[in-house]
Amino acid sequence: MSDWDALPGFVEERTQVGETTVVVEPAELLSAAATLRDEHGFNFLSDITAVDYLGWAGAGVSGYLGTASGRDLNTPMTQGYQAVPAGKPKRFAMNYHLLSISERTRRLRVQVWLDEGERIQSVIPVWPTADFHEREAFDLMGIAIDEHPNLKRILLDDDWDGHPLRKDYPLGGEPVRFSGEE
Amino acid sequence: MTTTAPRTLTSRHPIYTGTRIPSPTPTVLATTPEMMATGDVLTINFGPNHPSTHGVLRLVVDLYGEDVTGVEAVVGYLHTGFEKNMEHKTWWKGITYPERIDYVSFQNNEYVFVGAVEKLLELEIPPKATWMRTLLNELNRIHSHLVWIGTSALELGAISMFWYAFREREQILDLFELVAGYRMHTRYFQVGGLAEDIPRGFYPECRKFCDWMPRAVDDYETLLSRNKIWLERTEGIGLLSAEDAIALGQSGPVLRGSGVDWDLRKSEPYLAYGMVDFGVPVYQAGDVYARYRVHMDEMRQSVRIVEQCLDRLEQMDGEPWIADDRKVVLPPRHELHTSMESLIHHFKIVTEGFRVPEGEVYYAIESPRGELGCYICSDGGPRPWRVKFRAPSFVALEATATLMKDALIADMIAIVGSLDTVMGEVDR
Repeated sequence: MSDWDALPGFVEERTQVGETTVVVEPAELLSAAATLRDEHGFNFLSDITAVDYLGWAGAGVSGYLGTASGRDLNTPMTQGYQAVPAGKPKRFAMNYHLLSISERTRRLRVQVWLDEGERIQSVIPVWPTADFHEREAFDLMGIAIDEHPNLKRILLDDDWDGHPLRKDYPLGGEPVRFSGEE
Repeated sequence: MTTTAPRTLTSRHPIYTGTRIPSPTPTVLATTPEMMATGDVLTINFGPNHPSTHGVLRLVVDLYGEDVTGVEAVVGYLHTGFEKNMEHKTWWKGITYPERIDYVSFQNNEYVFVGAVEKLLELEIPPKATWMRTLLNELNRIHSHLVWIGTSALELGAISMFWYAFREREQILDLFELVAGYRMHTRYFQVGGLAEDIPRGFYPECRKFCDWMPRAVDDYETLLSRNKIWLERTEGIGLLSAEDAIALGQSGPVLRGSGVDWDLRKSEPYLAYGMVDFGVPVYQAGDVYARYRVHMDEMRQSVRIVEQCLDRLEQMDGEPWIADDRKVVLPPRHELHTSMESLIHHFKIVTEGFRVPEGEVYYAIESPRGELGCYICSDGGPRPWRVKFRAPSFVALEATATLMKDALIADMIAIVGSLDTVMGEVDR
């Protein structure tokens, strides 16, 4: 399973703590997904996770406890200089966690990088369970998904503004309904 | 009813062959236009405030007489933003959050987060902690199944089941209280091991429970398994094939009730599950009754695991219960009065938090509801960059449309109950 070159849109492969990540081009996601299901036996989609890397490796986002400005990764802390993490190619990552339900259990993470406003194909034709997961990624992270049959907010109200899991979503600023002033 | 014998460590049945996934398998059951044209279709809201929705699930149901012609699950009424909150807490303060996501199987949720952090830290856990975690996870599985059988049977009219199941649940909560001081949301698992040593008197009390519990399950089965009303309400209702179950991402008792021999405790053994002997119940029928039987058998198997854990733990008196890594684990309390370094470490871990190396990890365990996954992403700092839970209940609700084809409105209660959803976990 080490050779992913035949995978459509294959970019790179990484391994960390025993987990394999395969990065594919966003345009080729659907055909890569079909190949992984039909030829590599990944018949089960466990999860889809969207991650916002805005401010990654910069100051003031991750935040040292209790300071408004946040934590500067380039200043020394009690445990020595913080290693600045490697940069990311684009702002958003979509992670598809695949599982092979078979005699030989295998897991694989398929990663797709997206810029803001970039659209991605739905993988529902390959794994129907992607429906709710993609709606959640759209709802909380604002990932635009093409050809989804029912793309609407799932966890938040239909008239909610913004996408709360984004790193630039203001904290503590949500308007409160039924406050005393009304 | 066809059943397969519980699998042992030595013999494995074929799990599932093939990759055929039927498509489309919609998650919304739409009423056909011909049916709509009759003008007799009534659209109603089932929930969000209804006692048999296990919380605040809302189903928009199209009814033609008593027949369900369309259904859509609407979730989100309990969304509290756990994942966003955890991004703003240190790693070890975040442990209290997952327990509250699924408030019925709190220890499994607690463990999946702690396990994911430990995997990224590549931290080795002492054996005593591993066995105790296994024991508590299994007690918690029994607890979760008891709540399920109590409430689901209550919804179908078997009110006495509720009293019996909650009687045993009380015993388990007493055991949790004995261990951790809290009955629910124990926060007993710490990154590196356990928060405290196992208290004296726990083993004999737990033994008493293990002696009692199989007889209690016998009682439940006497009440339900051959009960005519129960059989008519559950047999052949809410059918789900193995192919559809996999396509819809179902896991846990729903998947095993559809004839797929799949349990992460066997296929990817974590904690001490590779070292204990237990069977995985699999039923082929794929209906509500099969899911009920899976739950019942799993409670018996969990008692077996708990007994084996007790056998091991009783040999481990005096062994460490938490890893000795001063950069991650709080130093022992008694050292704080005599050692400057320990005091500094204690202060820094509590205020600033420990660091987790940069990277991302997905850690999955078999919770009472199925595959519970935790994805964490760290930038090398004291707080998570992103935490995401793969909630089995959230995925289970995708199956409602498939399960409710040709169902009556009364069957809907049985079907929703059999999915064993916890809305806290669905909405996170």
